[in-house]
Amino acid sequence: MDFPTFLIQLLNSVQYGLLLFMLAAGLTLIFGIMGVVNLAHGSFYMLGAYMAFTFTSQFGSLALAIIGGTALAVLFGLLLEWLLFRHFYQRDHLDQVLLTFGLIYIFEEMRSILWGDDVHGVPVPELLRYSIPLTENLSYPVYRLFIAGLCILLALGLYLLISRTRLGMKIRAGAFNRDMAEALGVNIKLIHAIVFAMGVGLAAFAGIIAAPISSVYPNMGSQVLIMCFVVVVIGGIGSVRGALIAALLVGLVDTFGKVLLPQVAGMLVYMLMAAVLLWKPEGLFKA
Amino acid sequence: MSAAKSNLETLPRGVRVVLFLGLIALLIFPFVGTEFYTQTVTRMMILAIFAMSLDLLQGVTGMVSLGHAAYFGLAGYVLAFVMPQSEAISLWWSLPLAVLASGLAALVIGFFVVRTHGIYFIMVTMAFAQMVFFLFFDNRALGGSDGIYVYFRPTMAVGSTTLLDLDNKVSLYYLTLALLLLVYVFLRRLLWSPFGRALAGIRVNEHRMRAMGFGTFAYKLSAFTLAGALAGLAGYLWGVVTGYINPELMGFHMSAHAIMMVILGGMGNFAGAIVGAFTFEYVLHLFKDLPYVGDVHLGKHWQLWMGSFIVLVVLFAPRGVLGLVQSLTGGRRKKADGDA
Repeated sequence: MDFPTFLIQLLNSVQYGLLLFMLAAGLTLIFGIMGVVNLAHGSFYMLGAYMAFTFTSQFGSLALAIIGGTALAVLFGLLLEWLLFRHFYQRDHLDQVLLTFGLIYIFEEMRSILWGDDVHGVPVPELLRYSIPLTENLSYPVYRLFIAGLCILLALGLYLLISRTRLGMKIRAGAFNRDMAEALGVNIKLIHAIVFAMGVGLAAFAGIIAAPISSVYPNMGSQVLIMCFVVVVIGGIGSVRGALIAALLVGLVDTFGKVLLPQVAGMLVYMLMAAVLLWKPEGLFKA
Repeated sequence: MSAAKSNLETLPRGVRVVLFLGLIALLIFPFVGTEFYTQTVTRMMILAIFAMSLDLLQGVTGMVSLGHAAYFGLAGYVLAFVMPQSEAISLWWSLPLAVLASGLAALVIGFFVVRTHGIYFIMVTMAFAQMVFFLFFDNRALGGSDGIYVYFRPTMAVGSTTLLDLDNKVSLYYLTLALLLLVYVFLRRLLWSPFGRALAGIRVNEHRMRAMGFGTFAYKLSAFTLAGALAGLAGYLWGVVTGYINPELMGFHMSAHAIMMVILGGMGNFAGAIVGAFTFEYVLHLFKDLPYVGDVHLGKHWQLWMGSFIVLVVLFAPRGVLGLVQSLTGGRRKKADGDA
């Protein structure tokens, strides 16, 4: 592998890893703070991608899709939390698994009814539709760099939100000791609703910005969901920092695996997970 | 850990009567049903074996595996690989081989996953099953995404006399029924053996079991391996009956369906898993066969009905069908234990 190819794959893996992080961050927060297994998290990613398709084909603007779509997803998350998830925080993981599995079916069918079963493409915005030449015949699309940049910005924002704001302090307090936080006057129900909606928003955001490079298709949520599970397991449940490092690691292994060892590429990340589990059964960063 | 929702370990008389009537119905079914329905019921019985194997983990030991389908599919693949395109092979060695392969896979994977708890266990079992899924999905040599055919049904012969002709749908039906009963009786006995009591103890309080000197890791790994092997038995039969194995059989949906079957019937007593498997498959067929209403084909949207059905069951009937039967047949005295 020569250097430009290596560089391209490296950039791809970082971009993929950051995208995974957007999803896994929400998932790991929902796990860590509310103790809910959410199999339907991939559906929010799908929802985002389909909203990107609708916004761009109706209004021709991906920027609008990013803002409007994420806002809609957050509202949807609030509704869902209020209607269903809030009643499942104290229940068995088994019930949570089944509830969210049932939701996958419902969301898939709603997608089929609203958008049909075709594969759709989403155009890359005009402004970002060029590539940076690396050698005579290799170049790197700017849009992928744009994705990586956006994800880094958001990750930074998430870090600041959790570690530097009053809301973040309450979130951490709620995760550390729910009853104590409540006794000290933190409105834990509100915190839960915010965290859940934030997770949904992040997943949909990832779906929206990924839509132009991945296209939009049925069942796109389940693949990404399982990858996120691997990320969360490797990183340690509830640890956002762990999710970031694990997501980058998974991105690296998956991308380079596909190039170097295509026969076993699908299995490599799971082997990575097995290795991590042998070494640290509770993930790299136990929250 | 999903603890202490022990359901009906001892089956009250009302439930036993209903189960016995069900058995009689299964025994006479091939005489009254058409060939098509005989095959459908055969599949339901296979899934019932599969669901029972999961119940050993989920209901008895309190380990919710979201990757149990891997062992189901694996045995089917073993059958497909050892079956040549030219002639049928014997069931006497291919069945043990397939069951052993699934058991071995469960032992190896179990070694990694059994040390995890709660949410981790759910996610890790799922991820490992996905690994097995991709192994078959990505490799053309292993059938790839299209799957692989089982060209013949295995033979059951002693010397040169055929004991049971498995090309006959009715023989296959009764073989499956016999194995279903065998597995049920075996697991019921296991449930009340010292081993089964230890597993139930692990579900209720693993720390206490450890404090009492039980090596819970070995117990859990044994249960995981046994459950994998029994799932393999079901997967082998599936291959024999349908003549076709594809990666979807190992997929995430298949695993989740099995969990749903166990919940739907009522978990921790194996009878519930059987009832749940039949109910689940029946409901699934029902939704897929829904008629047109005006211009809308309701059956086409089965995922919506199935999803809503699952959500409603979780919300309103978490103790399953057997729980309902129990309260209908007036097993009030037992109710307190059931919720303990």
